[in-house]
Amino acid sequence: MRHEVIEKSVNLMMVLIVLVVSIGGLVELLPLMVSDETTEPAENIEPYSPLRLAGRDVYIREGCYGCHSQMVRPFRSETERYGPFSTAGESVYDRPFQFGSRRTGPDLARVGGRYSDDWHRLHLVDPRALVPESNMPGYPWLNERMVDPELVTAKLRTLKMLGDPYSNEQIEAAAAQVDGRTEMDALVAYLQGLGINRSNRR
Amino acid sequence: MPAFWHWFVAAGTILFIIWCIWLIGWSAKQGPQGKSDEDLTGHKWDGDLEEWNNPAPKWWLYLYFITVFWAVGYLVAFPGLGNFEGMLGWSQTKQYEAEQQAAAERFEPIYAGYAEMDFEALTQNPDAIKLGASLYASYCTTCHGSDARGAPGYPNLTDSDWNWGNSEQQITMTLKQGRNGIMPALGAALGGDEAIDDMVTYVRSLSGLEEADEAAAAMQSKFVALCSACHGMDGRGNQMLGAPNLADDVWLYGGSADDIRYTLVNGRNGVMPAHGELLGENRTKILAAYVRSLGSGE
Repeated sequence: MRHEVIEKSVNLMMVLIVLVVSIGGLVELLPLMVSDETTEPAENIEPYSPLRLAGRDVYIREGCYGCHSQMVRPFRSETERYGPFSTAGESVYDRPFQFGSRRTGPDLARVGGRYSDDWHRLHLVDPRALVPESNMPGYPWLNERMVDPELVTAKLRTLKMLGDPYSNEQIEAAAAQVDGRTEMDALVAYLQGLGINRSNRR
Repeated sequence: MPAFWHWFVAAGTILFIIWCIWLIGWSAKQGPQGKSDEDLTGHKWDGDLEEWNNPAPKWWLYLYFITVFWAVGYLVAFPGLGNFEGMLGWSQTKQYEAEQQAAAERFEPIYAGYAEMDFEALTQNPDAIKLGASLYASYCTTCHGSDARGAPGYPNLTDSDWNWGNSEQQITMTLKQGRNGIMPALGAALGGDEAIDDMVTYVRSLSGLEEADEAAAAMQSKFVALCSACHGMDGRGNQMLGAPNLADDVWLYGGSADDIRYTLVNGRNGVMPAHGELLGENRTKILAAYVRSLGSGE
């Protein structure tokens, strides 16, 4: 009845539970944290511009990830519809990444340039004006809310601290780039940039 | 990834499996069951109801070993131990490439056959049209609608009005390179609300929506000066520029006085994105044939 040794000693059991639970993480996650494939940007991948960064935060705030994934999986049925499959190196500047876990709406990893800016503006305000069968909600308030330049500058500083290669000049110029822009401008800029750095084509 | 990490993963995984086997062997109860008082847990209910400390059932133990051996078999067959590729040589990328290859072998000959066909014949070919319909569903419905009847600002493809033309060459160019239909903002050039109102009436009179009064009729000279370069002297449009025909009953941005006023004052910017890279040569032709088959002639 040697299992009683473990069962009757809380401390020993605790140590063994931690060991068992962490071994999966150690062999599956730890190597990825030091692997070039997951920590180095893929070709042509640049950090987000200030306006796109602001748009990304609107995307997160409005919960777009609840219905839209940003992860084209390596299956023909997906690459035919969305473009080349996603790789880890494309998401190195995404904190947190927006892979998502369900697709009530289509994947957006390669949506940049697929539609015009005007299409996005109209569609975000009233999706059914363009796609009658759409069940996406409208986001008309984005046209009235402004991007906060100070907040964007602070975000860029933070990201630089975390290792994103923003230059001091870029950070200083950021406020002017987003000043007077609406959240709609920011979100559309973000969406139009998705996938275009690498390739959103076949 | 440096070699150290491959070894780290492989060693960690193997040691863990060995440990799983050792742990069950070490802790599983040995020997005969329920023979002496030592095998009682000491729990007692209702005076005489006692609990044996029996080992886990055999079937449960076997299941445990089956899962362990399954893990070993998996790691031999598939990639998992560091950079060991597995005996089957399977990888996600290879699977994807095989899938692409199989699709290419199946579909390319079909596309190639259509590529050689005459365009007009293609628009009448039921199989090609079916293929075109699925391409349309993938690439076009978001703006032009699943019924191809368009939306305000996004042309109806089922009517006989073709802003950029419906020849093979014209449709192919629209699909491949996209189009940009720009209507400039003319509010300032028209000068004043009254003039804008009169111009709205004049434009509507071209298609008989409204009767032009004297002031509106006088707008003809301004129409010639400001609008005719794109829309033509008689307002019948120009397919070279994608300038819509103003004398028919099709209104891309709406034909009400308010809509036309907005168009005149603020301009419009219609964008058809380029799809050449997405579609490739052969599929562009099939989709073009499908789009042509949707609408009627001019």
